[in-house]
Amino acid sequence: MSKQINVALIGNPNTGKTSVFNSLTGLNQKVGNYPGITVEKKQGVCKLPRGVKAHIIDLPGTYSLNASSLDENVVIELLLNKNDKDFPDVAVVISDVENLKRNLLLFTQIKDLEIPTILVINMADRMRYKGISLDIDHLEERLNTKVALISTRKNEGIDHLKNLITNYKDISVTPCLDTSEIDKDYFDNLRKAFPNQLVYKLWLVITQDVNFGKVDRNEIDAIANFKTKSKADLKRLQQKETIKRYQFINSVLKNGQTIDLSQAKDLRTKLDRVLTHKVWGYFIFFIILLTIFQAIYDWSSVPMDFIDSIFASLSEWVKNALPSGVFTDLLAEGIIPGLGGIVIFIPQIAFLFLFISVLEESGYMSRVVFLMDRVMRRFGLSGKSVVPLISGTACAIPAIMATRNIENWKERLITILVTPFTTCSARLPVYLIIISLVIPEGRFLGLGYQALTLMLLYLIGFGTAIISAYILNKILKIKGKTFFVIEMPNYKLPLFKNVVLTVVEKTKSFVFGAGKIILAISILLWVLASYGPGPEFNDAEAIVKKEFAAQNLSEDDLQRKVASQKLEYSFIGITGRAIEPAIRPLGYDWKIGIAIVSSFAAREVFVGTLATIYSVGSNEEETIKNRMAGEVNPILGGPLFTFASGVSLLLFYAFAMQCMSTLAIVKRETNSWKWPALQLIIMSTFAYIVALVAFQFLK
Amino acid sequence: MQITIAHLKRGERGIITDVSSVHIPLKLLEMGCLPGNYVELVQLAPFKDPMYLNINGTHLAIRKETASHILIDKIEL
Repeated sequence: MSKQINVALIGNPNTGKTSVFNSLTGLNQKVGNYPGITVEKKQGVCKLPRGVKAHIIDLPGTYSLNASSLDENVVIELLLNKNDKDFPDVAVVISDVENLKRNLLLFTQIKDLEIPTILVINMADRMRYKGISLDIDHLEERLNTKVALISTRKNEGIDHLKNLITNYKDISVTPCLDTSEIDKDYFDNLRKAFPNQLVYKLWLVITQDVNFGKVDRNEIDAIANFKTKSKADLKRLQQKETIKRYQFINSVLKNGQTIDLSQAKDLRTKLDRVLTHKVWGYFIFFIILLTIFQAIYDWSSVPMDFIDSIFASLSEWVKNALPSGVFTDLLAEGIIPGLGGIVIFIPQIAFLFLFISVLEESGYMSRVVFLMDRVMRRFGLSGKSVVPLISGTACAIPAIMATRNIENWKERLITILVTPFTTCSARLPVYLIIISLVIPEGRFLGLGYQALTLMLLYLIGFGTAIISAYILNKILKIKGKTFFVIEMPNYKLPLFKNVVLTVVEKTKSFVFGAGKIILAISILLWVLASYGPGPEFNDAEAIVKKEFAAQNLSEDDLQRKVASQKLEYSFIGITGRAIEPAIRPLGYDWKIGIAIVSSFAAREVFVGTLATIYSVGSNEEETIKNRMAGEVNPILGGPLFTFASGVSLLLFYAFAMQCMSTLAIVKRETNSWKWPALQLIIMSTFAYIVALVAFQFLK
Repeated sequence: MQITIAHLKRGERGIITDVSSVHIPLKLLEMGCLPGNYVELVQLAPFKDPMYLNINGTHLAIRKETASHILIDKIEL
């Protein structure tokens, strides 16, 4: 019999839940979104003993079943809805051996929903360092469940866990807490009013309204009318429930767990003394940032040059090997250069995600939040805004979603509005290619000028974000309670497997997500650049021959003149020249103009667009960089990409709001078109002005 | 005057005596900030805010404003 068991992994944040998920599923996992909301949904398949298969779903981390965010709400929605196709046959609660007491709170809540619940105690390898010993038999007896003591780091106990999941039907579903201990009358009434329902489930539905209010009620709709307590009373009952649960947990752990503090070797204390120090803490944070930027620049240059030359030869090879015709031209001049423009940045993007995932996995990110909270508050932000601002260097979309754990709405809104100023990885391609064209090589204090320029651009991004936050904080009139709670997890050596999986997953979605747009735009651009309406395009050869008849040009030069005449009078050339007056004061020609316009689909399209435009009609095998360096300014003569026009472009990209996906996410997270519209208008206008001033000043 | 967590100095400990549920989010209670549990001030950020605490074995940081709503009995060392 090949029945599939639905398994839900549930646990507090920082308990190694994702490591357990990775251990169970390996590469058999897929990441998507919950329908309608942008919460990441991770699921995978695990083979169990006796040919049984388990469908495993990794739910967002939560401290309890009282949701305070959209992510946590996902957990409750699933556990309260028996009709959901993912409704678990068995819940696996992941806990961390060092925080067992707190982790058990969530365990008791889930068990009270009468779902078979297995308790996993993770990070068993740390028990000895912390002087912790556990009486598993006692825990199993008191909690009335099965316990798996595992270590994902040492890969121990996973098989035992798989066995427990296979035999989930043996697990008792008796609740841990008797609800009448909280308030006998209230819960008796509830039971009488809804005799067919589980009382604890009803209680959760009622209290979710107090805290978050989005539970899908289905058959228990009538419960909305069961209002016998005020909100304040309900909150008091929730508090009492929490206290009762902790009393139960304490009594369980009294005999189930012993901690010998004299055995504890505390790495945390030693590291925190330095990493959260008033001076050294900030100094180390700065050094870490500096290292990241130097690394992104220096380490990835070799694979990037390699990829660039591969695509150039591929284009050349296609041209020579395939029979000439429209399709070959499209492939060689449209698709391949366009794709090259995205593939080339894989090394850098992978490095960026690598660093971010190491910072988060190690527990260091929370220290940064702690260090920065006071400073950020001055600008109307929260310490927690640091995480979106830093992960905004990868992509603004997940960064804006990461603002969800900011408790205060005003702080959260400001964070959402300013995050797009941070230098996302889509700007990176643009920056890199322009920096390599206009910033001289050379070193200052061991750091390359080019790397320093890049770092400066990141700082400009952060700086602008902070200053705009300050202004928004003065303008926006929103009142709200300010809460700020952040867990300071233990320091951990990041698991190699987790980091690699994150990097691969994120890079893949970056490449395929952007790749689709880039491919479409490349084809469109190629068509627009290869056809034109009037006689200037269609009779280009005759016109050019007539014009240069006297000059006796060589065949090659003549061909080049024809190609450039054709491009200029193609559809794209006509469009480009129409917008040229608007961008000429910034130091750009119409080709850059086209690249900027197409960048509104996604910024990284810039390089691919230029690569496509420049390669149409060109016969030589050339890299993108060489083609750009060879461009001539149509009016001033000399190279198009000078220091002045380069700096102007860099600044334009630093400030302009050019990402439709970000605007869509901002709309979704703020539930209004007002905020994304303001972002688009204000940021882009500002970018134009700054770029204009920079070019006019530097030229 | 009642002593609260906001009065602790680095390394000092106390036992939580009362938590005003109006000012304290449920999340903090669920993380162990409940009467009877011990609290230790681990570290202070500049300007003594936020405060890095060890409450009942859970390490967390809260702002001074919130900390001033959690009453404690100080444990003299």
